[in-house]
Amino acid sequence: MTRTLKLRIWRGDDKTGGLQDVTVEANHGEVVLDIIHRVQATQMGDLAVRWNCKAGKCGSCSMEINGKPRLACMTQVASYPEDEVITITPLRAFPVIKDLVTDVSFNYKKAMEIPTVSMPEGVKPGEPRMQQIDVERSQEFRKCIECFLCQDTCHVIRDHEENKKSFAGPRFFIRIAELDMHPLDTLRNRKKTAQEEHGLGMCNITKCCTEVCPEHIRITDNAIIPMKERVVDEKYDPLRWLGSKIRKREGIL
Amino acid sequence: MADFTVPALTRIWRTLDKGSRLLLMATGVFSQGRAKITERTLRTDKWWLQPLITFSVLIAFIFYATLRAFENANYFAEPLISPFYSPCLSDACVPGSSLLGHLFPIFHVWGMTFSPALFILIFPLGFRMTCYYYRKAYYRSFWMSPPACAVAEPHAKYTGETRAPLIMQNMHRYFFYAGLVFNVLLTTDAILAFRNSEKQWGHMSVGTLVLLANATFLWFYSLSCHTCRHTVGGRLRNFSKHPIRYKAWTLVSKLNHYHQNFAWVSLIGVALADVYVREVATHAITNWYFF
Amino acid sequence: MANLEKYSYDVVVIGAGGAGLRAAVEARDAGLSVAIVCKSLFGKAHTVMAEGGAAASMGNVNDNDNWMVHFRDTMRGGKFLNHFRMAELHAKEAPDRIWELEMWGALFDRTKEGKISQRNFGGHEYPRLAHVGDRTGLELIRTMQQRIVALQQKDLRETGDAEKNLKVFAEVTITEILKENGKVAGAYGYRRESGEEILFEAPAVVIATGGVGKTFKITSNSWEGTGDGHALALKAGANLVDMEFLQFHPTGMVWPLSVKGILVTESVRGEGGILTNSLGERFMFKYIPDVFKDKYADNEEEADRWYVDQDNNRRPPELLPRDEVARAINSEVKAGRGTEHGGVFLDVSKRLSAEIIKKRLPSMWHQFYELAGVDITKEAMEVGPTCHYVMGGVEVEPDTAAAVGVDGLFAAGEVAGGMHGSNRLGGNSLTDLLVFGRRAGMGAVEYVKSHGANPVSDATISKAAARIEAPFARTGGENAYSLHQELQEITHNLVGIIRTGEELKEAIVKIADIRKRSANISVTGDRKFNPGFHLAFDLDNMLLVAESTAKSALLREESRGGHTRDDFPGMNSTWRQVNHISSFDGEQVSIKAQPLPVLPKELFDLFDIHELEKYMTPAEIAKGGSN
Ligand SMILES: Cc1cc2nc3c(=O)[nH]c(=O)nc-3n(C[C@H](O)[C@H](O)[C@H](O)COP(=O)(O)OP(=O)(O)OC[C@H]3O[C@@H](n4cnc5c(N)ncnc54)[C@H](O)[C@@H]3O)c2cc1C
Ligand code: SF4
Ligand code: SF4
Ligand code: FES
Ligand code: FES
Repeated sequence: MTRTLKLRIWRGDDKTGGLQDVTVEANHGEVVLDIIHRVQATQMGDLAVRWNCKAGKCGSCSMEINGKPRLACMTQVASYPEDEVITITPLRAFPVIKDLVTDVSFNYKKAMEIPTVSMPEGVKPGEPRMQQIDVERSQEFRKCIECFLCQDTCHVIRDHEENKKSFAGPRFFIRIAELDMHPLDTLRNRKKTAQEEHGLGMCNITKCCTEVCPEHIRITDNAIIPMKERVVDEKYDPLRWLGSKIRKREGIL
Repeated sequence: MADFTVPALTRIWRTLDKGSRLLLMATGVFSQGRAKITERTLRTDKWWLQPLITFSVLIAFIFYATLRAFENANYFAEPLISPFYSPCLSDACVPGSSLLGHLFPIFHVWGMTFSPALFILIFPLGFRMTCYYYRKAYYRSFWMSPPACAVAEPHAKYTGETRAPLIMQNMHRYFFYAGLVFNVLLTTDAILAFRNSEKQWGHMSVGTLVLLANATFLWFYSLSCHTCRHTVGGRLRNFSKHPIRYKAWTLVSKLNHYHQNFAWVSLIGVALADVYVREVATHAITNWYFF
Repeated sequence: MANLEKYSYDVVVIGAGGAGLRAAVEARDAGLSVAIVCKSLFGKAHTVMAEGGAAASMGNVNDNDNWMVHFRDTMRGGKFLNHFRMAELHAKEAPDRIWELEMWGALFDRTKEGKISQRNFGGHEYPRLAHVGDRTGLELIRTMQQRIVALQQKDLRETGDAEKNLKVFAEVTITEILKENGKVAGAYGYRRESGEEILFEAPAVVIATGGVGKTFKITSNSWEGTGDGHALALKAGANLVDMEFLQFHPTGMVWPLSVKGILVTESVRGEGGILTNSLGERFMFKYIPDVFKDKYADNEEEADRWYVDQDNNRRPPELLPRDEVARAINSEVKAGRGTEHGGVFLDVSKRLSAEIIKKRLPSMWHQFYELAGVDITKEAMEVGPTCHYVMGGVEVEPDTAAAVGVDGLFAAGEVAGGMHGSNRLGGNSLTDLLVFGRRAGMGAVEYVKSHGANPVSDATISKAAARIEAPFARTGGENAYSLHQELQEITHNLVGIIRTGEELKEAIVKIADIRKRSANISVTGDRKFNPGFHLAFDLDNMLLVAESTAKSALLREESRGGHTRDDFPGMNSTWRQVNHISSFDGEQVSIKAQPLPVLPKELFDLFDIHELEKYMTPAEIAKGGSN
């Protein structure tokens, strides 16, 4: 049942740090977070790690395991071969605070830059009527648990610190898409600002965000690409542009 | 005194290996404040395999397609025409191969006849170049931006698709429309292949099947396209007000799930169809008739 | 304390779960400046884990539903020990709170007419739970989080500073509620990241810290559920009410060990999941208590029919209130009819198609597939009871959520007591958070308007600071991790789902012993994000909670809802008239009995008299409610 596990855990802070070797017991069915807790309780009392639910619901325990952005509470130890050394590091796209804990405030700043839902005037609580098929697209994006693994893996900011100021990241592209597809939202400039302020155009649809999303949200196919197409409608498609001008003049729109 | 002239610094820079250069540039995963880890990636799986395969297959295709496009021969064997050359639009086309007549005269470049394939290939090429799936494929495997997820890319600067030329990717929908026209033409070619070499109807050969399969794959590729998904219904805010478009969108969404697969199958399909026609045209094989 | 981080606000809300955020929105909307303090990142509070839904009698699916039916269900579920006024306010206001969420961007699942869809849940007479698949808590917290952001964006437009009047202090633990002149003056704590101390001056403090599950070994709660608010309130001089009542959710995962306790949502049963023992017997039919005989089917045929025709059939016994189901499972396992890993089987695969299961219970499917390697569309799950919710909590005034006994202190959400009586119905918590979160916000606004600032003195600050420093000053003392494990063993074995007087006495002695030893905890490493140090404080809170629970449980000599005494198995109408009030004198917790407020006539009359006879004494029945 139990097996002995060899780990390399990154320990340190924003100035120094490195990988430390640890050997620890693992039981049947345990996930990496269990192992980290065992290390914490028996060998490194001050090993810093974030977690909450231990059920893949809160998105706190994001880290990189063997170089891949993952939730530690949803990563089975058994998924690694017996003799493999498991390397655990903090997220590498964000500044580290201590050990496995990083400063993810970037994401909260970006959240602040996206206007929230704006319901039509005159609609009172209890009155909205929306069909299931109309809310389903946005509901997929609202599954997001804000683990920020997609943000961590996105090369636009992971590999280019300087892009952070002009790029909101996949987590917030799905937020914009959610609102742009919301059946009642009244804000009409979301496509334009997605491109001009939130850096949608910097995404080169290489899909790493989709690959790491623990909620299996199809970020690229269902949010980013549809948003790119909507941006084209608005900004780059001469025919649609002409069409909308004509319709406006004739008072159809 | 240390030498701080530009050539001296460049010399020092060149002596460093890539890893330390990146470290010195102190960007990306090596930026100030991020966890100090010297590896570009700690992935232990074969992350390089996928881009390598993509790269190899695409290169092989490009190589073959270029050769064939310039060959200007062996693309027609009544009633079969190679998808690389259809529609054949120039006076240079071999007799019987032009479905839509001749739009272009013969002209020569550096003494060579300008191959009729070159007039039309721009469309399928543009379609695939701007395809959302192929973009992912070549950004990863050719441009290494990024080579694989959580593997640091080698570029110091990155602006994505915000500037010329990559901003032109936004023209994908026009190539999609063109792609549809091509699908119709290639489907017509497949239908015309229900004839024998004397142009009599009611026959079917292996070549018929090859062209049919090719056209089918191309339809699946086009119908599963992201732009198609957007056009049929994706751009709507309220599906419930457009039940038919919602149905269409649902269907296209299902196909869209497999767009990557259709992209490869249709690419290889085109190549194989061309190989078959060429073999028949050079008499290496005979086009076997079922009836 | 030269470089102590200091802030001053009108209201400090401790807790960023549903209750805390709703309180903060209310207070900010009224123009006050508000700080929200929470132990983890913003948006991660325990509310995020709620799955099934939020109960509100909107009547969208069955228009017979209204607040009175909901009120009756809540009282029944709580075995009439609920504070009637809280249950009344909750039932009346819940629909508005749900509709308001929709205006703030929540996207609930819909009915055919485009209204908010509602689902069945244990103890609710009609389909009543607004939901989004099985991630309703996530929807609630994200909506509230986005509402906070919306208010901040508004402040940004108007003042140029988003955080001027509404700021979230994430990863800060409050260790003490500060008082001056007998009234609340602020809160003191430390930043988890840096270990540095932080002071909030505020005349009003809202406690919304959630539950106590981590006091127990097997629990569905996250590490945050350490009863901080309960302890903070006790130490500040407030009371806790009815701490003996803990809800053991009947269906937690039992295997593999590492996920033991993680919740399997009740919606699995709501959607048609059935419980069987190792003999394949659908055992719940054996456990329908007399008080519920006329509402629950006693044979499989009728139970199955209910899923298609709810008006003419009684509901399946799998949907009995949680305490009944938990006890039933416990008995089956004890009688040797459990599964290999000490649970029973829960199966939806027979009734629903794989596609529907994945659509309606997506995160359950995910959870079992990834953590246990079980495909619930094909196989049964193994489940058993897990400590889930604490009904007991801070004693409050129902209308304002003001803590009884301490001016300026408010409590809402799971940390407040009274609303759910001896047992909470599923789905009633999420609306509880919203209804009383809002009321706590309003209460704080009223209070601040009439009282104004109450500055904190240096002496008070030094005392609070000294407490935080203490564990670092010691070396070679006790290890917080092992003490925590010991405590969990004790509560699990001696204060668990089935209790006896002897065991409770033993528990009280043992808990006191751990508390003594915990005064000697030492911490390795420095202050920077040091979990050992964090646990030292959380443990202190859990010990107070455990003491309060064990002592209240020892006194209550009957079995009711979330309190089952092997030595007093029946429900007793005289005990129904009693609340147990815990208070703390700085040394230990003491319990006193206090009469339960009497149901007023108009609420009394909502019930069938024969039903009330099952719960009340003849004298109470004769009186027919107050006034
Ligand atoms: C798995 C699960 C499923 C559930 N499903 C449902 C359901 O379907 N329907 C339903 O109605 N209920 C459900 N519940 C119950 C419900 O989720 C909780 O009762 C409710 O979320 C509690 O909310 P709260 O706002 O009171 O506190 P919480 O959401 O627990 O938040 C507590 C907050 O207080 C903060 N805090 C705590 N201590 C301190 C401190 N010392 N200093 C600073 N901050 C502190 C925490 O950081 C956190 O932000 C479920 C519970 C669980 C565990
Ligand atoms: S698809 Fe776009 S947003 Fe997603 S990881 Fe790649 S570049 Fe980033
Ligand atoms: S989109 Fe997915 S990966 Fe990104 S933050 Fe949300 S849950 Fe995490
Ligand atoms: S701990 Fe919540 S997602 Fe891992
Ligand atoms: S063809 Fe690939 S996305 Fe359009």
